[in-house]
Amino acid sequence: MNQVPLVSQPMALQKAKKKKNNYLKHSPLLIMMIPALLYLLINSYLPMFGIVIAFKDINFAKGILQSDWVGMANFEYLFKTSDAYIITRNTILYNLLFIVLGTILSFSAAIMLNEIKNKVLLRTFQAVITMPHLISWVIISYLVYAFLSPDTGFMNHTVMPMLGNEDGISWYTEAKHWPVILSLVDFWKTVGYGSIVYFAALLGINEEYYEAARIDGASRMKQIFNITIPLIAPVIIMLMLLRLGRIFYSDFGLFYQVPLNSGALFNATATIDTYVFNGLLGSGDMGMSAAAGVYQSIVGFILVITVNYFVRRKNKDSALF
Amino acid sequence: MKNESPVLTWFSFITLLLFSIACIMPFILLISASLTDQSSIIVDGYSFVPNVFSTSAYEFLMSRGSDIFRAYGISVFITVFGTVVGVAITLLIAYPLSRKVTPHRSLILFIVFFSILFNGGLVPTYLIYAQFLEMKNTIWALIIPGLLTNGYYIMLMRVFLQGSMEPALIESAELDGANEYRILWHIVIPLSTSVMATIGLFTAIMYWNDWTNGMVYITDPSLFSIQNLLQRIMQDVQFIVTNLDSSNAGSALQEMPSDTVKMAIAVIGSLPILLAYPFFQKYFIKGIMFGAVKG
Repeated sequence: MNQVPLVSQPMALQKAKKKKNNYLKHSPLLIMMIPALLYLLINSYLPMFGIVIAFKDINFAKGILQSDWVGMANFEYLFKTSDAYIITRNTILYNLLFIVLGTILSFSAAIMLNEIKNKVLLRTFQAVITMPHLISWVIISYLVYAFLSPDTGFMNHTVMPMLGNEDGISWYTEAKHWPVILSLVDFWKTVGYGSIVYFAALLGINEEYYEAARIDGASRMKQIFNITIPLIAPVIIMLMLLRLGRIFYSDFGLFYQVPLNSGALFNATATIDTYVFNGLLGSGDMGMSAAAGVYQSIVGFILVITVNYFVRRKNKDSALF
Repeated sequence: MKNESPVLTWFSFITLLLFSIACIMPFILLISASLTDQSSIIVDGYSFVPNVFSTSAYEFLMSRGSDIFRAYGISVFITVFGTVVGVAITLLIAYPLSRKVTPHRSLILFIVFFSILFNGGLVPTYLIYAQFLEMKNTIWALIIPGLLTNGYYIMLMRVFLQGSMEPALIESAELDGANEYRILWHIVIPLSTSVMATIGLFTAIMYWNDWTNGMVYITDPSLFSIQNLLQRIMQDVQFIVTNLDSSNAGSALQEMPSDTVKMAIAVIGSLPILLAYPFFQKYFIKGIMFGAVKG
């Protein structure tokens, strides 16, 4: 719509002047944002242009800009190997397992926390079960090593002999045990944290619903199934969907540090993130590593957008954007 | 009559108790292993109660403590510096983004937001920091990449500021002649101490626990943070375990921290955060809830 002719000339000028004044007056607000924007430029936006290196044959002698273009060759190599299949499969399957089982465990723990009416006890439980979330993956790898070390670990020295296996298991070279180990470690670290998130949602439920149900003679179990779960279900679904949007990203520390980056475990522990990292720091191919990174960024981006579209259709407030 | 079922309460109590024990147990094993005599470890392995009590691992570490103390110093420095700067620049962008009058607001909001959704990945980021900015083997490589972690905290703080600041309050300050910096200092900062403390806590934990930046950008051992020192010790031991056959391993292992010393270093590495936890656990849990409700 063209509104300019409707406004008399001096008024339009005045408006323009006011806008300019406004700009000047609020320019400190722009200046404040400079450090963060500079950071985003360096940390987020310049690397986006760096995606071109996935289409180049990196040669540090020639420099990155001068390296030869190779088109899709890096991607062709990547997808010709079985690596692409393994890392994609592992990333997605582990994430699905963590999302589904992790959510069930976290939510169950939240419901149990909600049954603890003693304040001191409640706070103690909350503090203890969130503690693992506070510990770095490096320390966790030591904790796991104390259990799994082939020569001195608790498992091989104490638990396996009790189960009748005197020789023990070479944990860091036998891939078949790692889906279970990684799941246990992930749940150990994240379930307590997740339960606090759901517990916060439970606190939002109006106590009157429970009171009314009690007067009608509903048992506490019935209340959980007929009040708590239906009311929290939308929150659970939203959080699961949002995690689904990040299914192409894995928790790097879990998959790299906990298995001690043992090559023998590649089949069970390699994810896109560990693959990219190993490509960068030596044992892999830099071009393929960059290609895997771009593959992750683009598919990951499409997934987030898609998931958000569905979340938004369901509930506008829960959507990311 | 109270609205609870004794069976359910007891079931919850026992399950949570078991879960809590499972959360603590690995630390008990770690501490016990670090306090066991080395020769006893070789016979019996790591166990939850020391078979033969010994503090020799800690004595050994104290006698060669300089690496550990320096790594501590680096961890403390990057944590304090990174947290202060990170929270400051988060506030400095979140506050203008919470004001409707800010020029180019929606564009900048998009810039922040898009950085959450899409990134170039590790390899291009590495090339920017290592090749373009030449930060390899400098302390900045441990600080700069983590400053904003991602745009999520900006969004969190912006939502908080929009919810807690009355536009009328700022307008009246403007009428009284206060400029933008005065408004920031005298109105916005006092109002947002709680959200700054929350984000600061989580940023500090992130810096203290970070090992990836050190692994990617630092090869000089004198710049190792405590996490990187721990990581390197574990890596080298693993290298010997997997790459040398047992006949050669014997001599190499003697120069390595022995099994108990390794556990003792891990205890020393996790001790500060575990000791501090009782004091900040309240805010930590509140912070998780805050993120859950707003995010």
